[in-house]
Amino acid sequence: MTKRKTWLYFIPYGLWLALFVIAPVALIIYQSFFDLGHQFTFSNYSTYFQSATYLKMTLNSVWYAFLITLFTGLISYPTAYFLHQLKHRQFWLLLVILPTWINILLKAYAFIGIFSQAGLANQFLTFIGIGPQQILFTNASFIFVATYIQIPFMILPIFNALDDLNPAFVNASRDLGASNWQTFRRVIFPLTLPGVKAGVQAVFIPSLSLFMLTRLIGGNKVITLGTAIEEHFLTTMNWGMGSTIGVVLIIAMIIVMTLTGDQRPKGGTPR
Amino acid sequence: MRQKFAKAYLILVFIILYAPILFLIVYSFSQGETMTNYHGFTWRHYQTLFSDARMLAIVANTLLVALLSSLIATLIGTLGALSINRTTKRVTRESLLTLNNVLMVSPDVIIGASFLIFFTMLKIPLGFGSVLMSHIAFEIPIVVLMVLPRLREMSASMLDAAQDLGATTRQLLSQVIVPFISPGIFAGFFMALTYSLDDFAVTFFVTGNGFSTLSVEIYSRARQGINLEINALSGVMFLFSLLLVGGYYWIQQASRKRKHRKREVVS
Repeated sequence: MTKRKTWLYFIPYGLWLALFVIAPVALIIYQSFFDLGHQFTFSNYSTYFQSATYLKMTLNSVWYAFLITLFTGLISYPTAYFLHQLKHRQFWLLLVILPTWINILLKAYAFIGIFSQAGLANQFLTFIGIGPQQILFTNASFIFVATYIQIPFMILPIFNALDDLNPAFVNASRDLGASNWQTFRRVIFPLTLPGVKAGVQAVFIPSLSLFMLTRLIGGNKVITLGTAIEEHFLTTMNWGMGSTIGVVLIIAMIIVMTLTGDQRPKGGTPR
Repeated sequence: MRQKFAKAYLILVFIILYAPILFLIVYSFSQGETMTNYHGFTWRHYQTLFSDARMLAIVANTLLVALLSSLIATLIGTLGALSINRTTKRVTRESLLTLNNVLMVSPDVIIGASFLIFFTMLKIPLGFGSVLMSHIAFEIPIVVLMVLPRLREMSASMLDAAQDLGATTRQLLSQVIVPFISPGIFAGFFMALTYSLDDFAVTFFVTGNGFSTLSVEIYSRARQGINLEINALSGVMFLFSLLLVGGYYWIQQASRKRKHRKREVVS
């Protein structure tokens, strides 16, 4: 096989790397140094770091992403754990993944119906005697729906980690007299931590940028970094400021990736 | 006791996962106009859906973009995986893989915004072309990730044997490598397809005015409130996803069976 010929196969992929991976990242950094009048400036960054609104928005966004990740993790770990003990676990896992193939907008739309004034949730609240509440367009509803959407993406990597766990370790721990809880805390959990980290990675970063949910479910009360970027790019047309927030989001992403180590999302499910 | 708790917990999680989807589909058959009280069975919303010319055109657009972009992404991604697999230097391989995964981990908004800047700078008009290119771009890395493991499983002696027997580069590729990695290629294609059908944020940024895909259309209609035609649409889409998942599962099972058979032959 001649070296030159096989090199040709690399061209389309190499072009993709240059045009759609490297160039866009470079462009968003470049754009963040320009103001509305296309003049080179650092003002976007100084505005961002001096404005209480922007900083509060960023902290808020990180806080909400943290809450969503926390709730998703608390629900997903036991689910993955119990799921893994089932007989036809691959089939059940598939049933967990199936909802992720339903368009995210349709799921958000379903919750508009469920949480509406006379919707299912309020009918239930009336039934148990609490009476109807304003559910839609609250922060809690945003967190609920975001958690709902992210659960499968957390279950999958944890399940894979449990699958990789050598059962001999668990047996050894039991033979040496550890209780179920000790086995879990000292053996199973530490060994499946990579899965949890991969799950955190797969949930936390998208949670910073879920702008459609803040609009449809959160009623614009929650502003995430994603909402702010969308607003600047598509509504106020201030691309420079939008890119600056984009750079902040990229930095946040890199921080999360470093903190959670070198785990790549396993299994590759749709976003 | 523990078993019972586990079972109850799982049942609860599955109810939560599926309730909203079933809720949507149930109301697609309701005679009312809202998702509050069920008013008796009707096909009316499906009739509205299938006579909505704008919606049908958008469905056609969405499917066209999904199929075309997945095909092209599968081709480029497979070639990419082949060249990554051929790199001998560890550093090159690692950095190629890192670059490959940039679009996998980037938030959708960042991808959308940066592609928008990119297309505007190159004066590429927003519409079908820009959406297609964006979809190809974010589908390529998943194809690479699906094909690479199969390539790694391939034994070097098989390739040597083929070359010793006089196979040309092209023959080697089409007769030996591609048949061996085809399960990975199919898996990559399916994942690319679902990525495309599922995407909203990136498309929303680069779509411009004239062109729309299903996600973008659902978003703009959902902002206007409840419309049971969307429920009917979700019914149709759920059926479609079931078929896709079934297809994907079948491919995985088939490749697993083949592996088992191979192991039997070896032992």
